[in-house]
Amino acid sequence: MADNKRVDEATGVETVGHEWDGIEELNNPLPRWWVLTFYATILFAIGYVVVYPAIPGLHKASDGMWKWSSRGALAADMAVAEKSRAPIIAALAKTPIEELPNNPDLMEKAVAGGKAAFRVNCVQCHGAGAAGSKGYPNLNDDDWLWGGDLKTIETTIQHGIRFAGDDQTRQSLMPSFGRDAILPPEQVSDVAMYVRSLSGDEKPGAATQRGAAIFAANCAVCHGPEGKGGRQVGAPNLADRIWLYGGKQADVVASVTNAHAGVMPAWAHRLDPVTIKMLAAYVHSLGGGEKFAPAPAVAEAPAAAAPGAAPAGAAAK
Amino acid sequence: MRNPAPVATGLYEKRKAVCPSKIDGKFRRLKWAIMALTLTVYYVTPWLRWNRGPYAPDQAVLIDLAHRRFYMFSIEIWPQEFYFVAGLLIMAGIGLFLVTSAVGRAWCGYACPQTVWTDLFQHVDRLIDGDRNAQLRLASGPWTAEKIAKRGLKWSIYLTISFWTGGAWIMYFADAPTLVREFWSGQAAPVAYATVAVLTGVTFWFGGFMREQVCIYMCPWPRIQTAMLDEKSLLVTYKDWRGEPRASVKAAKANPGAKFGDCIDCNQCVAVCPTGIDIRHGPQIGCITCALCIDACDRVMKQIGRPRGLIDYATLEDAAREQAGNPPTPHRKLIWHARTLVYFGIWATIGAALLFALGTRRHLDLAVQKDRNPPYMLLSDGAIRNAWTLKLKNMEGRPRQMHVALDGLPVAQMWTDTMSRGQFGRGFTVKVAADAIAPVRVYVAAPPGTKEGDIAFVMTAMDKEGGHDRVETRFDAPEDEHADEHGEGDER
Repeated sequence: MADNKRVDEATGVETVGHEWDGIEELNNPLPRWWVLTFYATILFAIGYVVVYPAIPGLHKASDGMWKWSSRGALAADMAVAEKSRAPIIAALAKTPIEELPNNPDLMEKAVAGGKAAFRVNCVQCHGAGAAGSKGYPNLNDDDWLWGGDLKTIETTIQHGIRFAGDDQTRQSLMPSFGRDAILPPEQVSDVAMYVRSLSGDEKPGAATQRGAAIFAANCAVCHGPEGKGGRQVGAPNLADRIWLYGGKQADVVASVTNAHAGVMPAWAHRLDPVTIKMLAAYVHSLGGGEKFAPAPAVAEAPAAAAPGAAPAGAAAK
Repeated sequence: MRNPAPVATGLYEKRKAVCPSKIDGKFRRLKWAIMALTLTVYYVTPWLRWNRGPYAPDQAVLIDLAHRRFYMFSIEIWPQEFYFVAGLLIMAGIGLFLVTSAVGRAWCGYACPQTVWTDLFQHVDRLIDGDRNAQLRLASGPWTAEKIAKRGLKWSIYLTISFWTGGAWIMYFADAPTLVREFWSGQAAPVAYATVAVLTGVTFWFGGFMREQVCIYMCPWPRIQTAMLDEKSLLVTYKDWRGEPRASVKAAKANPGAKFGDCIDCNQCVAVCPTGIDIRHGPQIGCITCALCIDACDRVMKQIGRPRGLIDYATLEDAAREQAGNPPTPHRKLIWHARTLVYFGIWATIGAALLFALGTRRHLDLAVQKDRNPPYMLLSDGAIRNAWTLKLKNMEGRPRQMHVALDGLPVAQMWTDTMSRGQFGRGFTVKVAADAIAPVRVYVAAPPGTKEGDIAFVMTAMDKEGGHDRVETRFDAPEDEHADEHGEGDER
């Protein structure tokens, strides 16, 4: 190959000796700046190997002089983000949640932070859109078991519902009227028909009349004489159109037979108070949040229905 | 193995220093004028003021990256209107094609920043080191105290020019007077200092040292242009049919019988060339068509009493005509041929389209994003509720009252997250700050049994300028109301 080298007549430059279909290449020298740039890239590469983790080892690459790592870079970024958030976190920490609505700017930030925390901690049960599912309340609507103002939501998140590890957890339990033979099956059916008639799903008739009497004797203590529920004990409103465990006759019979007792963790054990405050703000912002109401919204429950006093509470609806 | 070669092929070739000598002439004066104009535009533009009222910056040309606004005199561009900038860039690109097809590599020769700054730096060379011969002597001479002093002085001037170049650049991105104050008091953003440092370094290196190598080796534009030039393109042409064979005036006198051309081989065309080429070798990629060799040759021709234009702008077509003894094509015909007309047509069409879009663009905008999860939900009274996030955009430089109304689905009511459901209605009014977007969360509820259907939000500005925007969206509802009412819907 190299024997084919020759001097090109037109330019007086030697060829490299290769030939492709009559096309030859002149062996012109490279411009000096180009060669120097090429050497500079080699120097850069050597520097890079020294400074950054580049030499592969059995378990990890070399550390490099600057001890750079992607985890370290992430930690540094997080620290910067943390630092930039610090004033907001501090402001949230010293603002009682009742005061939050007076500070729209802080409220907006709390809602944004709550949205992020919700994605991590709450979507597993309540869903990404907070729409819940059967047995897991929809947080977008205007129906609240324990109350929908900021403070009440915060308390619910802090202490959870029927959570074994928290003394102040929301506590109530509806008896399993069918399973424990408190009511015979036909009476369960009658009372279920009556309950459905409260929201207009069932036409009044003989069965609902019988059910009304049973309701007054067994259920009204927690759910109220009109079935509108009681928030002190988390007794659901049975007269509205929202059903946590289903509103068909079979669903209601099932709920009365085997009472439901859903559980939510007490998040105060896992999350810091500011995150809980932000979560409460976010849940409150979903469209059903209530203003602070000094008086209970529904018919007052009898004294026997104090929190924790079994068997007053009712969870199923 | 190597054949003996007549030229030594080293590993690399050192750059041959280009030290163009001083010249004066009509093209040199044109270059001066264009340099003055381009540099003035570059340095002065950020300092021009433009009153936009109390809610917008008063800098005439400002690329406000932090707030995502681009101001250019009376035009303000938002990020979603960036197509205006894209359109301008396309116009600039096609403009280059147009200029190239009409007058050849005029961009390279006169207006390219690399050319302008190299020209400026070459004047610095002549100012400090003297003209061509002095420069060449100094370059090849030893490092005496004088050379060190001259080099030090020259490079400091290079650096100063470079620093002003980089410094002027950042003025386009922030309020210039404020930025200058911050820059010198050490309070400007780190990116400002970094940008100035990088641009200073690049200007120093490219203008002071790389010079014509940027054009010959790095820049893609000359390669593209060589493909664009044709027999109708203006080139700086050495009229070899007139110039050859070359002979000095003395040699011509000594041989009265022999026939010689006009070129006296004085090498002045090579001496003034800023890229160091010999135009007499014919058209070549190193020629940026700055026409300084035309000035140089014209001066020599005048001195020896021969007609000017031995080196001149000419097309290949004209060169052939002239060689055959015909008169050259008139300038008008030279510039306006089919290709330039097509480029001009495209260029002008895009320009007209941009102007039309600019004139008819709305200064308010409504963006509507529907909640998809959940698409709808039931309220305790059985009403069906949908939720949207509306973005009310006010692109005027003053706060405006905007009214948003619901159109369609007469049974539906709407309220926002700052109202309670009790305050529902079919519309609401929001004050949107100057040059800002106001996000509003909107709920729409319809009685039980409502079917899904199309609705629209209509935003109307409540001032005398008016203007409105309407966005169609959809109200979602349970497909089978009966099934939902009886518990199926609870699965949501």
